[in-house]
Amino acid sequence: MSQVTANPNVTTAAEPKVKSASPWVLAFRQVRQSKLAIFGIVMLLLMFLICFFGPFFSPYTIDTLNIRNGNKAPSAAHWLGTDNLGRDILLRVMLAGRISLLVGFVAMMVSVSIGSLLGAIAGFYRGWVDTIIMRIIDIMMSIPSLPLLIILGSILSDWKIPPSERIYIVMFMLGILSWPGLARLVRGQILSLREQEFMQAAESLGLRDSKKIFRHLLPNTIPIIIVNATLAVGGAILMESVLSYLGLGVVPPTPSWGNMISAANNLIDFQKRPWLWIPPGVCVFITVMSFNFVGDALRDAFDPKSKSKR
Amino acid sequence: MTQPLIEVKDLKKYFPITGGVFQRTVGHVKAVDGVSFSLNKGEALGLVGESGCGKSTTGRTVLRLLEKSGGSVHFKGTDLHSLNKKDLRAMRPKIQLVFQDPYSSLNPRIKVGEAIGEALVDHGIVSRSEVRDRVKEILSICGLAPYHIDRYPHEFSGGQRQRIGIARSLILKPEFMVLDEPVSALDVSIQAQIINLLTDLQEQNDLTYLFISHDLSVVEHLCNRVGVMYLGSMVEMASRDELFSNPLHPYTKALLSAVPVPDPTKKPERIVLQGDIPSPANPPSGCKFHTRCPFAKDICKQQIPEYKDAGSNHYVACHFAGEF
Amino acid sequence: MSNNLIEFRNLRTNFYTGSGVVKAVNDVSFSIREGETLCVVGESGCGKSVTAMSLMRLVATPGKIVGGEILYKGEDLLKLKEREMRYLRGNEIAMIFQDPMSSLNPVLTIGHQIAEPLRIHKKLSKQEAKKKSIELIELVGIPRAAKIYDSYPHELSGGMRQRIMIAIALSCDPKLLIADEPTTALDVTIQAQILDLMRDIKKEFNTAIMMITHDLGVVAEMADHVVVMYAGKVIEEAPVHELFNNPKHPYTQGLLKAKPVISNRQDRLYTIPGQVPNPVELGENCYFNDRCEHCMEICVQKQPDLNIYDNKHKAACWLYEKEGK
Repeated sequence: MSQVTANPNVTTAAEPKVKSASPWVLAFRQVRQSKLAIFGIVMLLLMFLICFFGPFFSPYTIDTLNIRNGNKAPSAAHWLGTDNLGRDILLRVMLAGRISLLVGFVAMMVSVSIGSLLGAIAGFYRGWVDTIIMRIIDIMMSIPSLPLLIILGSILSDWKIPPSERIYIVMFMLGILSWPGLARLVRGQILSLREQEFMQAAESLGLRDSKKIFRHLLPNTIPIIIVNATLAVGGAILMESVLSYLGLGVVPPTPSWGNMISAANNLIDFQKRPWLWIPPGVCVFITVMSFNFVGDALRDAFDPKSKSKR
Repeated sequence: MTQPLIEVKDLKKYFPITGGVFQRTVGHVKAVDGVSFSLNKGEALGLVGESGCGKSTTGRTVLRLLEKSGGSVHFKGTDLHSLNKKDLRAMRPKIQLVFQDPYSSLNPRIKVGEAIGEALVDHGIVSRSEVRDRVKEILSICGLAPYHIDRYPHEFSGGQRQRIGIARSLILKPEFMVLDEPVSALDVSIQAQIINLLTDLQEQNDLTYLFISHDLSVVEHLCNRVGVMYLGSMVEMASRDELFSNPLHPYTKALLSAVPVPDPTKKPERIVLQGDIPSPANPPSGCKFHTRCPFAKDICKQQIPEYKDAGSNHYVACHFAGEF
Repeated sequence: MSNNLIEFRNLRTNFYTGSGVVKAVNDVSFSIREGETLCVVGESGCGKSVTAMSLMRLVATPGKIVGGEILYKGEDLLKLKEREMRYLRGNEIAMIFQDPMSSLNPVLTIGHQIAEPLRIHKKLSKQEAKKKSIELIELVGIPRAAKIYDSYPHELSGGMRQRIMIAIALSCDPKLLIADEPTTALDVTIQAQILDLMRDIKKEFNTAIMMITHDLGVVAEMADHVVVMYAGKVIEEAPVHELFNNPKHPYTQGLLKAKPVISNRQDRLYTIPGQVPNPVELGENCYFNDRCEHCMEICVQKQPDLNIYDNKHKAACWLYEKEGK
């Protein structure tokens, strides 16, 4: 008996033309069904294009000061008007968008990398490793984040950190404060995944721990990581706006949506010069909302149970 | 004298039951309570019993996917439960497990080719460049097509997934395989295909099987020796023909007679057991079967029957073995 | 000869899925007589459960009954108002499911769940309903009925729960009991108990039973009449002895040969090659043609009709028709 002849259903027929669809492709097909998600994606793309490429087409530069031309209402020369120093609001909104989106993304990356790694390690090894990580998470989650950020912000102001470096510190601060939630989610998923039969199979095949964590477990948590990351970008942008509005995040002259909105602090600006604070406000609103739409659609696409609700 | 390939002695696996505010251990579920058997190379031992009898736990403890609570498991003379993590990992390819559920035993995000080949690479048996050829070869041995290599598990039917699961184990050239209900989740026509595949693979590769099933008819076709388990203990073990023609334990008799026969003209004289299987957390005293046994006498409630040879390697644990 | 209790006429139920329309039940006709046990056999996905769900009018979206009639005592169930249908369900037609674990509500006592239909359909008082419930629990062979009445589902084993499900189904003396794989989730010794119970019930109450199963052993034991389904179609129908003695359709023959039977060991099991066809891509051929060892030219071109032969034996196969020869 050399050759196996006993398999009557060896599929010898030519390979069917059907393209093999990965679970990812299937999920993204699902996302396409959601109108809100499409709207969100389109808005985000527009926002990116405008913020990153728009400034190249602007006739003004960030340093163009013209005090005599200050506080002008929108006109043909300045589509969104000018601020008290005569700077073009449209240009500033676009540059602020770069900063805000960057802060959002970097904060999210920091949060996702710390959160998913520590969550995976805690869930996989359990025991004392898990206990230590979870206690750290508990501590971090029981500190109210806004007061902490305000304190950190005032310390930064006190140390006279230059505004250009301050942005990066704000990014990491936001990231470091938001990972525990994700770590908890990932750990919970890993705990339930490791009881699945395919993990027992991995054990019985004698795979390395690293392979088990990075090849088998983490890819299965990517849905919740993606959903979380999407919502986290929105959250970080919002948080940055709050801090900058309070004057503790990104500080002038570097523009950010938050510190531009703080113009509304001034009663005259608030009542008489809405072009100062409405454009950045609308940008924050649209961006965060779009991220939330996309995040919700991703959640529905990845979670088979919520599909029927469509 | 040849050494048995697998020798299991008095294997025990207890799961703690915790209770109270402080989660203290208040008792044990004796899932496997003193099971012994040995297997020679090329043999297929069937382990049958109803749900909760500990047959799956036995299979997993033998492979040390679960840590034992007592007893020993020797594979070719090596005590599996005393190996350190590194040596155990090196031993894994030789001892393989095939799962019951072809859906949950494959990682949904890993392509079939990688699922089958990854262990080869991870153990350094085959280099990354050769692995695809090896996977394609094993796919066709297991009745799948080479182009299936780049597909995801969700694109396959239950029977095909089970073939993938078998291929994943087989590619490591194991010597001992535990098959945990590999055909229970499959339809009759597919079940027959998988049973034949397993038979062929065993003949060609001189494999040794521990075949766990609740279906006596499948066990009869695939195994040359059969053990019957009840509530964590082996109640009877004999060669296939001996066990099916001359069952000595009343539980084995009841099990055999309970299987519906696909022939409407045969109305078997059935021993219908009364009541349910007792909880393994709180097994009955004496012979564990006495609560359901139609022939139970006083001695059965008090004394645990000895598991002994009733002649020609027919082991049985019953005070009145063969008297009914 | 007794009358038809239920008659399926050209029933069609489709499922509208993302990848296409699945004809889960495709032109199915058969009938169940009063007091008869009819078994529907077939492999997973052959449409046997959907047929039963169509009868109860409980097909869930994306499924939809798109054609045919289901006559109950001469009246088309598909034309009834939802309110009238609700009255029939539980009262005249009762159903038990495969999974006794999930078909009982875990937060209500057993007694409550048995008494509820009695109070709604039979308008019994609380006391009467309790008395009747306890009788029912005893009827299905559970000792200490009064104690079970007050317990919760998680306190019972799988076999006990299935008995409770049967008790609930019997509570309003149904004319038809639909049992969808009632013993598949149970152990063999428990399965034997449940099958015995169902046989007793049939004898005592003259209830017709429509039993859906994949296990030919169960069919042989329970059925008076058998319907074999494959890919949404009835391919063979016959009285039980006739079917087992003289199976006509190659699929039925294959199923009978492929099942391992105790004390009848063969070195190799007979296998039906290949897989069940993809339900979305069905053409105008015999759906079994690519797995059939007798496949002829006509089988790939045209679908055979379900024709009647001797001894009330119906089969849909070209082998037995003139055109095929």
